[in-house]
Amino acid sequence: MDLEFNVQGGDFVRAGNASSQIKKVLKQLNADSAIIKRVVVALYEAEVNIAAHAYDGVIRANIDTERIRLLLDDNGPGIPDIERAMTPGYSTASSAVREMGFGAGMGLPNIRANADEFVITSEVGKGTHLEITVYLNQ
Amino acid sequence: MTVAELATKLNLKVLSGSNGLDREISGAYTSDLLSDVMGGINEGMLWITLQTHVNVMAIASLKEIAAVILVKNLTPEANTVEQSNNEGIPILSTAEATFDISGKIYQLLNA
Ligand SMILES: Nc1ncnc2c1ncn2[C@@H]1O[C@H](COP(=O)(O)OP(=O)(O)O)[C@@H](O)[C@H]1O
Ligand SMILES: [Mg+2]
Repeated sequence: MDLEFNVQGGDFVRAGNASSQIKKVLKQLNADSAIIKRVVVALYEAEVNIAAHAYDGVIRANIDTERIRLLLDDNGPGIPDIERAMTPGYSTASSAVREMGFGAGMGLPNIRANADEFVITSEVGKGTHLEITVYLNQ
Repeated sequence: MTVAELATKLNLKVLSGSNGLDREISGAYTSDLLSDVMGGINEGMLWITLQTHVNVMAIASLKEIAAVILVKNLTPEANTVEQSNNEGIPILSTAEATFDISGKIYQLLNA
């Protein structure tokens, strides 16, 4: 099954929409609820990162009996130092975003902790690409 | 304990989502950092916070929590209220500050 969602930079009101739709689909497929939670945490953080840090992006989900694979591609500033960005607590979020309670620098670490496989690549001045895989039968 | 029972015991105001007052409480989590809550809160928990915007309900719904408790008489934004009603996850409020209400809830849940 393939699903696709668009995310707009700065649109925090709709951030979480893809996560909520994916959660519904996985529930219908009777996936384990602990596994669904992991998918949702990872995807929500990734979705919010596009809203907080990029201009716009696309989320593609591919689900089969074994796993869900989420591909996120955004147009944005990119990440100059991915290792640093992955460090818990590191954040470049604006003060407005921080006041909302985002920007704690825990998003990428949360994604890594909840995914079975996580790949992140980025090109400065172009955008960022994430691949998040969670196995559904473990 | 249900959300309704807690609300009565601690004199909390029900601001929205009253269709979810019979939810059972499994614990509580106090934090204003959304990523921290996303990673740390579990199904059936109360979330004690000062955040009032709609992303609070996005997280509340994704994690299937029991209720949100706003401290210091803060009021939720209109779209936050709307989503609370839609999801049946109540938003309650208290005049107390975070530390005090968290302490009282801790005592009640661990009694
Ligand atoms: N999609 C993205 N585009 C550009 N920069 C990003 C993106 N995702 C993350 N980053 C960078 O990595 C940092 C850490 O991300 P994260 O751990 O999610 O923390 P936070 O979003 O709270 O700042 C961000 O502050 C930002 O500098
Ligand atoms: Mg983030």
